[in-house]
Amino acid sequence: MKTQSNKLFEPALVQTALKESFIKLDPRMMIRNPVMFTVEIGTLVMIPVMIYSYSHQGQGSFAYNFAIFFILFLTVLFANFAEAIAEARGKAQADSLRKTREETPAKVVMPDGSIVTKSSSDLRKGDVFVCETGDTIPTDGEIIEGIATIDESAITGESAPVIREAGGDKSSVTGGTKVLSDEVRVIVTTEPGESFLDKMIALVEGASRQKTPNEIALTILLASFTLVFIIVCITLKPFADYANTPITIAALISLFVCLIPTTIGGLLSAIGIAGMDRALRANVITKSGKAVETAGDIDVLLLDKTGTITIGNRKATQFWPAKAVSPDDLITACVLSSLADETPEGKSIIELASAHFKLPTAPAGSEFVKFTAETRSSGIDTPQGLRIRKGAFDSIRNIALKAGNPFPEEVEERVKEISSNGGTPLVVSQNEVILGVIQLQDIIKTGIAERFERLRKMGIKTVMVTGDNPLTAKFIAEKAGVDDFIAEAKPEDKMNYIKAEQNAGKLVAMMGDGTNDAPALAQADVGVAMNSGTQAAKEAGNMVDLDNDPTKLIEIVEIGKQLLITRGTLTTFSIANDVAKYFAIVPALFIASIPALQSINIMHLHSPESAILSAVIFNAIIIPMLIPLALRGVEYKPIGASALLRTNLLYYGVGGVIAPFIGIKLIDMVVGLMF
Amino acid sequence: MNTELLGIIASFVVTLLIAIPLGKYLAKMYAGEKIWTDFLKPIETGIYKLSGINPKEPMNWKQFLKAMMTINILWLVYGFFVLIYQDKLPLNPDGNPGQSADLAFNTIISFVVNCNLQHYSGETGATYLTQHFIFMFLHFTSAATGMACAVAVFKAFKDKTTTDLGNFWEFFVKSITRVLLPLSIVVAVILTFNGTPSSYAGKDKFISLQGDTVNVSRGPAAAFIAIKHVGTNGGGWFGANSAHPLENPNYLTNMVEVIAQVILPVAMVLAFGYYIRRKKLAWIIFGVMTIGVFMLMIPTITSELAGNPLIAKMGVSQITGAMEGKEVRFGPTATAYWSTMTTVISTGSVNGMHDSTMALTGLWQLLAMMINSLYGGCGVGVLNYFIYLIIAVFISGLMVGRTPEFLGHKVEAREVKIAAIITLLSPFLILAGTAISTYVFTNHLGGDWAVKPSTWLNNPGHHGFSEMLYEYTSSNANNGSGFEGLGDGNIFWNVTTGIVLILGRFLPIIGPVAIAGLLAQKKYIPESAGTLKIDTKTFGLMTFAVILVLNALSYFPALALGPLAEYFSMLK
Repeated sequence: MKTQSNKLFEPALVQTALKESFIKLDPRMMIRNPVMFTVEIGTLVMIPVMIYSYSHQGQGSFAYNFAIFFILFLTVLFANFAEAIAEARGKAQADSLRKTREETPAKVVMPDGSIVTKSSSDLRKGDVFVCETGDTIPTDGEIIEGIATIDESAITGESAPVIREAGGDKSSVTGGTKVLSDEVRVIVTTEPGESFLDKMIALVEGASRQKTPNEIALTILLASFTLVFIIVCITLKPFADYANTPITIAALISLFVCLIPTTIGGLLSAIGIAGMDRALRANVITKSGKAVETAGDIDVLLLDKTGTITIGNRKATQFWPAKAVSPDDLITACVLSSLADETPEGKSIIELASAHFKLPTAPAGSEFVKFTAETRSSGIDTPQGLRIRKGAFDSIRNIALKAGNPFPEEVEERVKEISSNGGTPLVVSQNEVILGVIQLQDIIKTGIAERFERLRKMGIKTVMVTGDNPLTAKFIAEKAGVDDFIAEAKPEDKMNYIKAEQNAGKLVAMMGDGTNDAPALAQADVGVAMNSGTQAAKEAGNMVDLDNDPTKLIEIVEIGKQLLITRGTLTTFSIANDVAKYFAIVPALFIASIPALQSINIMHLHSPESAILSAVIFNAIIIPMLIPLALRGVEYKPIGASALLRTNLLYYGVGGVIAPFIGIKLIDMVVGLMF
Repeated sequence: MNTELLGIIASFVVTLLIAIPLGKYLAKMYAGEKIWTDFLKPIETGIYKLSGINPKEPMNWKQFLKAMMTINILWLVYGFFVLIYQDKLPLNPDGNPGQSADLAFNTIISFVVNCNLQHYSGETGATYLTQHFIFMFLHFTSAATGMACAVAVFKAFKDKTTTDLGNFWEFFVKSITRVLLPLSIVVAVILTFNGTPSSYAGKDKFISLQGDTVNVSRGPAAAFIAIKHVGTNGGGWFGANSAHPLENPNYLTNMVEVIAQVILPVAMVLAFGYYIRRKKLAWIIFGVMTIGVFMLMIPTITSELAGNPLIAKMGVSQITGAMEGKEVRFGPTATAYWSTMTTVISTGSVNGMHDSTMALTGLWQLLAMMINSLYGGCGVGVLNYFIYLIIAVFISGLMVGRTPEFLGHKVEAREVKIAAIITLLSPFLILAGTAISTYVFTNHLGGDWAVKPSTWLNNPGHHGFSEMLYEYTSSNANNGSGFEGLGDGNIFWNVTTGIVLILGRFLPIIGPVAIAGLLAQKKYIPESAGTLKIDTKTFGLMTFAVILVLNALSYFPALALGPLAEYFSMLK
């Protein structure tokens, strides 16, 4: 999966796109884009004109007409190519995801209980299959029985295995991932070809791609500009007749094509596709283009504390021995129990201990007791008869009480104190006697405060959602720099918060994974479900994050903004270009009969023919030149709306006025040699 | 500094000095707050009772527009018939004839739509009855219609979310009783004391020094001329409009008239800010408009003061500037100032001959009417500007990475569609109209028409083109001034400009009110740091660019063939 290429034009993709650009000439497809459709009509009109000019006078030379025809044809092709290359890139990206789920054998459980091996492509929704250690999961589904560690690196690129189990919020498995231990039974949740990924691929492909509301609005505006220029060009004919100036058809069509917003018209769908593609590159599957667009408008961001604001795992920060226990004894026990513990918590205990302690080694023949969901503790049994356990307060207390040992009061108090300060207590026992507590503390991610600052500049309010008590939550919230927090959050709290914000007119984004997150995910304007989450959560949200990375929301918002900015700036650029084109073409049209209008020919273009050709050529080549910008997107800077408008207005507005003056003049210097 | 320049600077300063408090007054008055003119309430209540209106009834945008259209259609029908039969009706001391159907069609539309194109001459084409009870009446009502509709847009953005745009009748009646009537009375009194006739007597007669008998038309003109300016109507009592010595007797009346026409358009802009409590927004809008006005006015004055290059080529000195078509009592500077003001707002009254102004002046006059919202007409100027605002908000909203919002309401496909249609309408009406007339003129020069197309133009060539372009531009802008030199008093011009007039008036009113209504009923989105603020200089600049580019792109070829070709040919 992490084989993403950052090259915009890979030869293989370019080839597909080139082929597609011709297929897209089909008027039935072209009409979806009114601006380019009119260019195609103009091109078609040029064919008879060209033929006529071969044998007749009055419409200019054949070579000139042919040149116009050819450039107009190129203009249409370029626009098609822009769309095709965006599609090809999106598809290639999706395909690389799809490759992870090629034909794999599936052990299907038949109704009578027997197990039959089928191909993954034969699985239907509702089928149940079994996966054991070492099996590749054949398709997306939900665990109905068992617990397993799973390697999801094929999808997420993250090498650490994850635990997936039935019943909880982490019950989803993805096709292409691998079971590392244990055995699970999985029910198939999607029909073949209907997975989120399949839907995403369909979104990228032209056929089922729906225009987003904003895209529709912009298309309307562009269509109306096109209509204005149709009026301008048609009325120019009687105006010219009045002024006794014959205007060739080629000149009229050229003027029209130059004036209508072909640049943005040609790139509009590419920009939309590229937005989804950028989301996909960030390992986010969007269920609609609208979701990406909405992401740019988000006002409020609901973020889970764990994994987003704090490093997913807590770290050991302090050892608290019981009264009767020496600190060294406690630390020794802690280290011994953690030596073989591969969890980040375990590692952090070793790390803390090594700071002021010479690490003991585990006696040979020791048996490490792994953490399980049932025991909620882990530890070590040495051949010398030591049984060290560390784990959650109540589970270790149970062990001690069962053996008839008391739970020291001061330890219990310490436990409470740690929890109320935002930490997690880990109680340690040796041979069922309580030794003390390890304090685990949330570690706030480095750089997260800066990210929140960036969000604040974007005008987005961040809200931390946590199960912690309000005091702890407040402590972390202040430290991380979030604007608000929901403490001791129950799923319905999220829902209520979202509704309240929405009633105030705000757009809310959130991320979730559990089935009980589903209503809130559906309620949120942008709901991102983690791929590890339940099917219900994934159905409810409008995006699925394959990396299960909560900070992804921030990226998604920026992708959304970028999408809109790219549309806006290229529209501005396209319209601003027209000024120079007028100065090229209008004098060219009338100079023969109204020589005084030579004064408007401020670029001093060589001849009327060369002026018109240069303008049309500029108009055509600007499209492929801007494809990289359309695909990559215009950079978003959180510098405040007015400052951003000023910057973009300067680059794309003023730049859009000046660029074609230079471009057309340069082209004219070459074209002028021939015409 | 010369006195001519001082005169126009004084005019502008006085305009502002009146417009600012007037804007505050308008905002308070329309909002129904306590105000000193409340003593007029009994009169209004009487009008409501008489007409069976409940002025407190809330209206949504559809109901509001329905009320507006109903009353306007009623006036159209009523006026049309009175004009046709005016010869048979009383108050016709000069025995003027009834208007032909096509002329009546054009005339009544042009008065209902606040344009006053006037394809007739007041002295011979109208009676005192029609002047008073149709023209002057419509001077009031058409201005009040525009103001009422602008207030509906104000109201839409005052509350966060609402479907109530206010009551058309209330806004309409109050516009007349609390604004137009009092202001007109003041102006009329000043005019009367300066020599403008105010009598029902018929033509007067005098014998000139040469011994010729001269008939002088008169009538109750002062009141008429007052509202013609206050309501940005522009339809004159006399054919020569405010160039006529009785309609505009001296420099003082000239100042009063040119101030009177600009105060309400400026005050309406400021009232918008006071009404929705966003003063800064109003001042930014005012700033954009003013810069636009100056950009048109300064080159106008310069080109008029420079005189005609063809005369200069003959070696004749023109110290006073271009004096052809100007009144000696006003001079070129005051005439240039007036010509800019009368075209940026939609008055269309003239104190000199636009046809005789320099080629470039013609360009600025045309451009002013094409933009039609640099101050703009009484009420409708704000409405036209609103459309540009929507387009600017949409494009710049995208440029800052949010789906566009206008004052807390999302601008979506439906609103963009309406704004796009309105934006499209002006070039369509102006260019299509001019295209038809040039087509007829080119191909059917000797056509078997009552008035042969060959006689339309006094000056064929580029200037003739400008004349035709001007006529449709003026009609679409509901301006009403003429480049003249155009034989427009015939069925072709009456009908085509009539159609342009009515479409160019009501669609640009319906559009903004509909957009405002649609936006107002949407959920209100509070501002955040990511929201594009529209009361900033940056956004003002953006709006200015949108106005400039949209108009330049729509009209550049036409302007190149008219005034620009004429100008550059003159230089050769």
